[in-house]
Amino acid sequence: MNTIESVSRRVFLRGALVGGAFVLSARLIPEKLWAAEGEAAAAPFEPSLWMSIAPDGTVTIVAHRSEMGCGSRTALPLVVADELDAEWSRVKIEQAIGDPKYGEQDTDGSHSVRSNFDLMRQVGATGRMMLISAAAAQWGVSPGDCATEPHFVVHRGSGRKLGYGEVAAAAAKLPVPKKEDVPLKDRSQWRYIGKEKNSLFDLPEIVTGKAIFGMDATMPGMVYASIEHPPVLGQKIKSYDDKAALKVPGVQKTLTMETFKPPHLFQPLGGVAVIADNTWAAFKGRKSLKIDWDNSPHSVYNSGPFRKTLETTSRQPGKLVRNVGDVDVAFAKAAETGGKIVEAEYYTPHLAHVSMEPPVAVVEYRDGKVLAWAPTQNPQAVQETIAGVLGIKKEDVTCHVTLLGGGFGRKSKPDQVAEAAVLSKQLGKPVKVVWSREDDIHFDYFHSVAAMYMKAAIGPDGRPTAWLQRTVYPPIASTFDATARYADDEMGLGWNNLPFDIANHRAENGPADYHVRIGWLRSVANVYHAFAIHSFADELAHNARKDSVQYLLDLIGPARIVNLDAKGDDAQDALKYPLDTARLRRVVEIVAEKSGWAKRSADKGKGRGMGIAAHRSFLTYVATVVEVELDNRGQVHIPNVWTAVDAGTVVSPDNIRNQFEGAAVFGTSLALFSEITATNGMIDQSNFNNHQITRMNRAPRHVDVHIVQSEAPPAGVGEPGVPPFAPALFNAVFAATGKRVRELPLSKTKLV
Amino acid sequence: MIRFKVNGKEKSFDGDPDMPLLWYLRDVAELTGTKFGCGMALCGACTVHQNGAAIRSCTTPMKDVGGAEITTIEGIAPMHPVQKAWMEIRVPQCGYCQTGQIMQAIALLKENKNPSDLEIDTAMSGNLCRCGTYQRIRAAIHQAAKETA
Repeated sequence: MNTIESVSRRVFLRGALVGGAFVLSARLIPEKLWAAEGEAAAAPFEPSLWMSIAPDGTVTIVAHRSEMGCGSRTALPLVVADELDAEWSRVKIEQAIGDPKYGEQDTDGSHSVRSNFDLMRQVGATGRMMLISAAAAQWGVSPGDCATEPHFVVHRGSGRKLGYGEVAAAAAKLPVPKKEDVPLKDRSQWRYIGKEKNSLFDLPEIVTGKAIFGMDATMPGMVYASIEHPPVLGQKIKSYDDKAALKVPGVQKTLTMETFKPPHLFQPLGGVAVIADNTWAAFKGRKSLKIDWDNSPHSVYNSGPFRKTLETTSRQPGKLVRNVGDVDVAFAKAAETGGKIVEAEYYTPHLAHVSMEPPVAVVEYRDGKVLAWAPTQNPQAVQETIAGVLGIKKEDVTCHVTLLGGGFGRKSKPDQVAEAAVLSKQLGKPVKVVWSREDDIHFDYFHSVAAMYMKAAIGPDGRPTAWLQRTVYPPIASTFDATARYADDEMGLGWNNLPFDIANHRAENGPADYHVRIGWLRSVANVYHAFAIHSFADELAHNARKDSVQYLLDLIGPARIVNLDAKGDDAQDALKYPLDTARLRRVVEIVAEKSGWAKRSADKGKGRGMGIAAHRSFLTYVATVVEVELDNRGQVHIPNVWTAVDAGTVVSPDNIRNQFEGAAVFGTSLALFSEITATNGMIDQSNFNNHQITRMNRAPRHVDVHIVQSEAPPAGVGEPGVPPFAPALFNAVFAATGKRVRELPLSKTKLV
Repeated sequence: MIRFKVNGKEKSFDGDPDMPLLWYLRDVAELTGTKFGCGMALCGACTVHQNGAAIRSCTTPMKDVGGAEITTIEGIAPMHPVQKAWMEIRVPQCGYCQTGQIMQAIALLKENKNPSDLEIDTAMSGNLCRCGTYQRIRAAIHQAAKETA
């Protein structure tokens, strides 16, 4: 369905590809539409990716996904280079601006590789074929008698060689071959895909401090801004006094910013901006502002009472999400026959993203057009948001993407970029908006607070005959629709796809109101869904006096494709990526073996224990075993973590290990330390003193990541390491102490 | 007028003496390898060397750097064994905190040629990494120690 056309001498990225003699542009239909023929026919064809080869042989590949540490900016060009048979050291990467011509650019949902892998291969392979044709024509031989070695076309018979740069100009004049005529490499021929030596393209710049993050971007003549936002969502300024602020050296002026009209979307929050000569002066000036805010309906938000509301809702029937058999009949039957019923409730708090780089952007508004440099996961959202806020066309917003100092979902939301645009328009000069860490924590798009209710009827063999699960939380949809109370779009994140072999199963979702901005954070709703499901599975194992691994395998049941009755995006995924319990079983078996589960787990109690959880998310199968040790103060330490990952075909195995090592640390943060709470609508935490994330001395001592060799289509790697971590850790704490803790983070519960 | 050296070059500053060194380096001297993460000496992203010792530049006011020799990541001649180890072990993910981590690690190895895991933890626990690269940081410090031994 993809077509590729030669677009030589057409410069897409102004300045970036000048001198490229040979430019390939891929036009694609988004992969999601492939299965839906009707829609596909109507979808506009848009160019999506470019590569060019300069006469000196330099290959330039455009990265259209953002780099926030997951490796997308390296992985996709690496795939192109492999199929092109390019020498990686002669590849340059150009970061794309935001533009729908690239297709979807929101670097989230762990889908950069899986949604672009086939296309990248095709782009590279098409280029290679055209280079071969050009060289063959020059030699007067058949293309079939030619091959490539990195950066050269070789004539097999004579051993003659031509460099890619030497034939690039001639190749550019050739017609682009049809997709069906372009052979892809066999896996065995891959030079880069799946190889250990792959490392991040930007590594040398990162370790020398030369890498440019959003925080490092500048524009000539820019001023700095720091904004005092309304402490409660939706508040407006009643009055303010900036006299003291204006006396701070370096402060130029203050500007008021309008509070958004609901829904908040990615609009600026409002407040008072302090404009200054440098970041410090702007920060300092802000401290002297006196602002009187009006009331907001969200000032009723108090985390303690709100938790009770969620829990009350979770005890009542909710909206049906998935139904198998009839749980009501099964529960009634269990009651009649004296069968065992197990119930449990779980709670998880709000979380903040706290990327090491707080939100920041540099924007210039001039003559109705906007130029932005930002660490954004979604440059097209920058275009749309600024266009909406300023009332201009999104085509008139140019967004350059810097490296991101972490993202984790926060940087898909470009509210701070829109703030800089609004201020630049008022000031008539470029503005750099810098959020402090306190701004970042107070005004995040928070990972939602959630309450889960679980109920099972247990048969005589210890297996559940019925399993009911309810989840309740303010949905992400509330960011886009102020009336949204159900999490319809989040059910695919580990709630409507329980892979267990249980005759009667029902999943439900209850309503909840929002009082802060709700957003997506690394692995999203999978965090709380997996915590409830895999804690509960372990509770049932203990209840049945069975080994946790054996019980889990028994719950997963025989190898089969689980019928999910999926809709929307999930249905598209279900075709290409069926939920295969054989793969889930395999990661459980591997992690049990690698962790020495059979031997080590027996040595539990006395402050030591191991726990397991296995969860599929972003189409990747992950099983994790966590080992804990308690010191005499009841503090939990994590000597070992073992993770088995089946992510299908992988591009950079070492990067995947890094992602899963990191996920164990991210998981440790949310399992042990992190919690965001609100009082009267205001966030209680402010910086790393009262909002803890994992430090080296509390991080897992050793994380062992085992990647399953697979030829299945590539799946996600940035997020799937997170969901099984907390339940595996809490199950280990139970094994160590006999204490079943049902809420995150663990620091709220005294263990000794 | 405050006089000091940055990466061996004479500098002077007559702005707000309360301005933290971090913002002087970033906004005035345009040395952006030193990062802002918290402003309260809680995360270590802003770590530089003052007379060879690791300090948090975000809480060091300019009035305290008079006469000092400041070294930033830009003043470390690449490839320092620590940077080399960071490359070989492929430590970074997003990379934002890594210059601070590297400056802290260089200072550690100056004082302790062969630190144990516990000594590394003690020296490095003030440097946060949200991507969670601690295991690789520890391995890279051991490797750099071996190389410089």
